[in-house]
Amino acid sequence: MSGLARRMTSSKLFSSLLALFVILLFNVFLNPGFLSITIVNGHLFGQLIDILNRSVPVMILAIGMTLVIATGGTDLSCGALLALAGAVSISLIRGSSTILNADTAMPFPAVIVITLAVTGLCGLWNGFLVAKLGIQPIVATLIFMTAGRGMAQLITGARNLTTNYAPYSVIGQGWLLLLPVPIFIAAGVFLIVWYFARRTAFGLFVEAVGVNPSAARYSGINSGLVIMIVYTVSGLCAGVSGLIYASGIMCADANNAGLNYELDAILATVLGGTSMTGGRFYLGGSVIGALIIMALTKSIYAFDVAPESALVVKAFVVVIVVLIQSPFFKARLASSRVRRGPGEIKNSGAGEAS
Amino acid sequence: MEGAHDIPREDILLEASGIDKIFPGVHALKRVNFTLRRGEVHSLMGENGAGKSTLVKCLTGVYGIDGGIIKYLGREIRPESPQHAISIGISSVYQEVNLCPNLSVAENIFAGRQPMRGPFVDWRSLEERAGKVLERFDISIDVRRSLDSYSIAIQQMIAIARALDISARVLILDEPTSSLDKLEVEKLFRIVRSLRDDGMGIIFITHFLDQVYEISDRITVLRNGELVGSYRTEDLPKIDLVTKMVGKDFDELSSVSRVRAGEARDVIISLEEVSAYQSVENVSLEMRRGEVLGFAGLLGSGRTETANLMFGIEHNSSGAIKLRGTAVKLSSPKDAIRNRIAFCPEDRKRDGVIGELSVRENIVLALQARLGIFKYRTLRQQNELADRYIKLLGIATPDAEKKLGDLSGGNQQKVILARWLATEPEVMLLDEPTRGIDVGAKAEIMKLTLDLCREGMAIAFISSELDEIVRISNRVIVMRDRTKIGEMEEDGLDQESILRAIAGGVAV
Amino acid sequence: MKKKFSVDLKYIPAISAIVLFFIAYAIGGALYGDRGFLRLRTFTSIFTDNAYLGVSAVGMTLVIISGGIDLSVGSVAALSTMLIAWGTEVLGVDSAVMILLVLLTGTLLGFLMGILIDKFSVPPFISTLIGMFLARGLCFIISIQSITINDPFFRSLGRWKIKLPQNSYINLSVIIYAATLIAGIVIMQRTRFGRGIYAFGGNRQSATLMGLPTSRIQIGIYTFNGFCSALSGILFALYMFSGYGRHLYGMELDVISSVVIGGTLLTGGVGYPIGSLFGIMIYSVILKFISFNGSLSSWWTKIAVGVLLLFFIVMQRVTVVLANRNKRQLRQKTQGRTAP
Repeated sequence: MSGLARRMTSSKLFSSLLALFVILLFNVFLNPGFLSITIVNGHLFGQLIDILNRSVPVMILAIGMTLVIATGGTDLSCGALLALAGAVSISLIRGSSTILNADTAMPFPAVIVITLAVTGLCGLWNGFLVAKLGIQPIVATLIFMTAGRGMAQLITGARNLTTNYAPYSVIGQGWLLLLPVPIFIAAGVFLIVWYFARRTAFGLFVEAVGVNPSAARYSGINSGLVIMIVYTVSGLCAGVSGLIYASGIMCADANNAGLNYELDAILATVLGGTSMTGGRFYLGGSVIGALIIMALTKSIYAFDVAPESALVVKAFVVVIVVLIQSPFFKARLASSRVRRGPGEIKNSGAGEAS
Repeated sequence: MEGAHDIPREDILLEASGIDKIFPGVHALKRVNFTLRRGEVHSLMGENGAGKSTLVKCLTGVYGIDGGIIKYLGREIRPESPQHAISIGISSVYQEVNLCPNLSVAENIFAGRQPMRGPFVDWRSLEERAGKVLERFDISIDVRRSLDSYSIAIQQMIAIARALDISARVLILDEPTSSLDKLEVEKLFRIVRSLRDDGMGIIFITHFLDQVYEISDRITVLRNGELVGSYRTEDLPKIDLVTKMVGKDFDELSSVSRVRAGEARDVIISLEEVSAYQSVENVSLEMRRGEVLGFAGLLGSGRTETANLMFGIEHNSSGAIKLRGTAVKLSSPKDAIRNRIAFCPEDRKRDGVIGELSVRENIVLALQARLGIFKYRTLRQQNELADRYIKLLGIATPDAEKKLGDLSGGNQQKVILARWLATEPEVMLLDEPTRGIDVGAKAEIMKLTLDLCREGMAIAFISSELDEIVRISNRVIVMRDRTKIGEMEEDGLDQESILRAIAGGVAV
Repeated sequence: MKKKFSVDLKYIPAISAIVLFFIAYAIGGALYGDRGFLRLRTFTSIFTDNAYLGVSAVGMTLVIISGGIDLSVGSVAALSTMLIAWGTEVLGVDSAVMILLVLLTGTLLGFLMGILIDKFSVPPFISTLIGMFLARGLCFIISIQSITINDPFFRSLGRWKIKLPQNSYINLSVIIYAATLIAGIVIMQRTRFGRGIYAFGGNRQSATLMGLPTSRIQIGIYTFNGFCSALSGILFALYMFSGYGRHLYGMELDVISSVVIGGTLLTGGVGYPIGSLFGIMIYSVILKFISFNGSLSSWWTKIAVGVLLLFFIVMQRVTVVLANRNKRQLRQKTQGRTAP
């Protein structure tokens, strides 16, 4: 019965959905107008839309991160690559980069393609270090986490490059059919990655590599290729996210763009039910995880404190979620289950002897 | 058979009674009783999966027990961790060397109880004492070197030295001799005897029968997690011991006999004078359709390595691998699978089972890997495939979505087989397919092998159990010291001649 | 011969860090000797400017040798600056008492993270991420603004220095760093705890089966590192005379990089506190290069650190591969002999 798997998946999503729901409820409690959505100039406005919109950069990073974590890895570089994407795109648009030496501004589609190619290549490099040289993921991606921002600053000349090129602003600030454009981009990224992961065999391969790389190899899976692909996807996601981020402020801020976003992305993934040790992954869960983080931040804003204080609440929420997922509590749960149903064990024992 | 009541109370060092241990899906120990006396070497015997290691791990606190009591010197104990067990007086040495490769030899012997001068480790006396301890073993090495600069045999001796140095009254040796040569074993036994004479109780686990009879005073036999009995060594002839270990095994296996090969057996895969660096030397062989080719030889003889070569895991440095007459290069398992070769690896847990994934996914995996990322089998197709093989192989699982890790060893092995059958292979390489699974499943897997053979598959059957090889094979390749030393046809097959070939290197 | 080689292998990363430092220093001398690169003052400023990093690196070395990671160090140090400032300036607590309280707080935070890692099997990465969020968030709950420390005793501690020739000096931070480093070396070389950390990082399962108190060791490591983070924060406060929630953003990255460059294997089991000293020195020599050059921007630091990391990580990887190859040869030799 495949229903069992579906039930388990849904229960994974259920706990993160529940967490999101509780936080939203809390927000309603703080601010009764929280749920209200109004239409102004054919655009939807409201706190919920705002949460959705603002969580997009981390959400897209988390989608890429989910695949990486599923292979048992981590990508620490995506925050820095996000900044790099902003730097590359804006300096290409301005045609004034200190390093790219592009005197004339490029056609806009070319800007996007080049930006994504740069971050995709950086991701590929991460994947190469992990898959071919066998370097631990945290270490391998640490390199770009450090150097990525340096490269971004190299490109922007350590200034905050700004632009007012209108088509660029659409990515992060535009509206389409009542909703902000970033939401559509996030939906698009999610659908593409989801399709790739769940409607091809790729997801199965990722999970197999994440659980037991050796057995995956013996089964004929090219684990090296799988690993390189997931890091490249993560790099691409960082690129998309970086375009949205930079377009939102129309500025390439190599120092602060996406600072600590990699941590939020990892967190969103873990909150969404994907285990840090690799294996089963839940793309939908990661999206919800990103929403949880943003909703949490929102509810802190309701108090009159520094936005950074949200970190304390974040810490507590993460502790609770992580503890629930920890083997310690799982073992408690499992042992109570064993006590409840010894019949199952007897059954499989009997099957063995048959 | 004798019970605990025959023994004077004060002689009993360790007494475990009614021990139960349950893992998800497996009842690993069923009310097992075990008694260890002062000044005896007590062998714990049983086939793989009989529960020996589990019992030992319960005694040393690696696992908690689900039932029963353990008494040490008449008082009930509940070892919570190896550390706790050691502090009680139970130390152990495991088959795999459980030491820290990055520490020096001396430190490995004394880690956790280094001689101190004030608050600091006294390195000089540490090294002196380490040297003295090893003298007892006639080993003179530089104790300041890190452990990983010495061979496994020496590391094993160091592990034992460590266990001995603790003032333990119970010493558990779990397969300590499997990587030692004859001289080293003798050395070890001398030490074990002197410890016994000092009043220590020693639990000894090995699969070498001769060693059991050489060293032990008593023998306890386990089978399928149940106690068969405890015996004085002199009361238990070897043949009885084997019978008790194997149990009804004999009857089950007796129904297994090889398939009479038909006439036209065309060669599917052949090795021609294949050598691989540090792996095998100059191996030639042919595998034919509808035939089981047995591989006999000890661990490290090159039998697994030969299979690895045919599956693209290792690569030949010279010679040729030919598939249906044409030379091929198998650079990865993927290549091999594409050429309709399948491989059930020896270390099922490490190289086969993907425990967190479902039975369905595990079955589909190799086929899907061959098809590639984009030719995705839909969930329905996957379910059909899984259900078919669950039925065909009699896999005992509530449904196809059960995590493979939760099934018993035998059922896991069947799932791995199903994974390969789904790719419709022409060559099936089975490396120790019956290891660590219970007796019933063993017979089933062997029967299945024969069915596949009947259907025209070429099968390589690698096993340490000569009995199995003799029963099932049409031809047997004997390997020793990384090379093929002989080939036997089914007519002349018997265990004795294979054994002689392995042991003596007599040309066959 | 081969055996000797395999023993030496584990020293290679640390030795190359030391060599690299001297090379970098010599190049600096050759390029900017005329501008005072080789003056004693430049050399001592390596330590006076970076003592706080060094203290944290000692603790981080222990963590990484054990095979773990600690992301919380920057935030805990920032919290320490904040607590000191808040305690002395706003609450009016005696600064000596406050220093003790801060050290206690850091130690406690480290202990809690250790509990989370050990008792609840939450990966170090996540556990210390939680610590990072918590400490950083607490800073801003205390105050959003930067608080200047005017406490006379604290200021006098920060100003205290031993004058050396050529207008150079050593201050209290350097002495505290030296003491911490020596403590780190002694712990790792001469105590059961330290040796246990090596065992733990070498093979955790073995360490457990050998009966080492792995739980206590693991919790101890993070507790010690919590203490180091707090101490590091105090040194930073002595340097800046202020407490601020935005202090030391990203410090964990600098510290981890320095430790790795100093030859500690991120896979655990191998590393030396003295190596991390050289990691820190390399890091600060890069900073010096940039400041002496004048035309290079500070972001070159990041790229240089990234390149160095890559170099050291690949080198470590090669070392491990070589060591494994030696081991495999040994194993095969043994197996060859076992045939009865």
